[in-house]
Amino acid sequence: MGNVLVWVVWFVAAGGCLASGVAVVSLQNPFYSALALIGNLASLAVLYLLLAAEFLAAAQVLVYAGAVMVMFLFVIAYLGGRADAPWAGGTPLLRTAAIVAAAAILVEIVVVLGLAWGDQLSDPAQVTAGFGSPGEIGELFLTDHLLAFEITSIVLLVAAVGGVVLGTTREKESAT
Amino acid sequence: MLRRSPLIVLLSLEIMLNAGNLAFIAFSRHAGALDGQIFALAVMAVAAGEVAVGLGLIVAMARRGVALDVDQANALRG
Repeated sequence: MGNVLVWVVWFVAAGGCLASGVAVVSLQNPFYSALALIGNLASLAVLYLLLAAEFLAAAQVLVYAGAVMVMFLFVIAYLGGRADAPWAGGTPLLRTAAIVAAAAILVEIVVVLGLAWGDQLSDPAQVTAGFGSPGEIGELFLTDHLLAFEITSIVLLVAAVGGVVLGTTREKESAT
Repeated sequence: MLRRSPLIVLLSLEIMLNAGNLAFIAFSRHAGALDGQIFALAVMAVAAGEVAVGLGLIVAMARRGVALDVDQANALRG
């Protein structure tokens, strides 16, 4: 019974990811595209929960859906009509590259499904209940991956300074 | 480019970064090692910072009357 529930949740979340991803790139109104992206991020958070990544699912909802998408929506509201993006023609090379990439992914999916039905894929590792919990991730961040932790904080500082520099206007310039 | 607005380009970039995150987290679960999740968290932080700077750029372009068209805004190319 529990296994059926996992499959149902996975299908709904994966279907939501795919549908909202297609909607982001195909909807004409950029506001609706941003809303579709919020749906995509929420579906991904459900998938992360299924993959024993609780802290990352919460961080995804907080950071991406909560902060990044709010920024997007503010900028779309500020731009108004200037944010509209009609479809423009692509070069034939672009079309060929897209078809080749889609075919490659399709072949990969077929191969993986065949291997899974043939029981030739390795089993996932056994994990404890604390896998993906904030405690274990914090421990790793402060021991093995301390450099990544510190550099990420510097990157965020640089991004904040860059945002401020891009947003300031000098007295002489006439702001619209 | 199929769609020329830098805003749509940033939205598509978010999708791509999230796809990479999903791969990291899936393989982290498969291997039983948390390092994939750490990397996904770092990707998340860098993507948030990049979106902030990109949106600041778009707003600055709009305020100065530059057309929001990635095919026209190619002064740094080549």
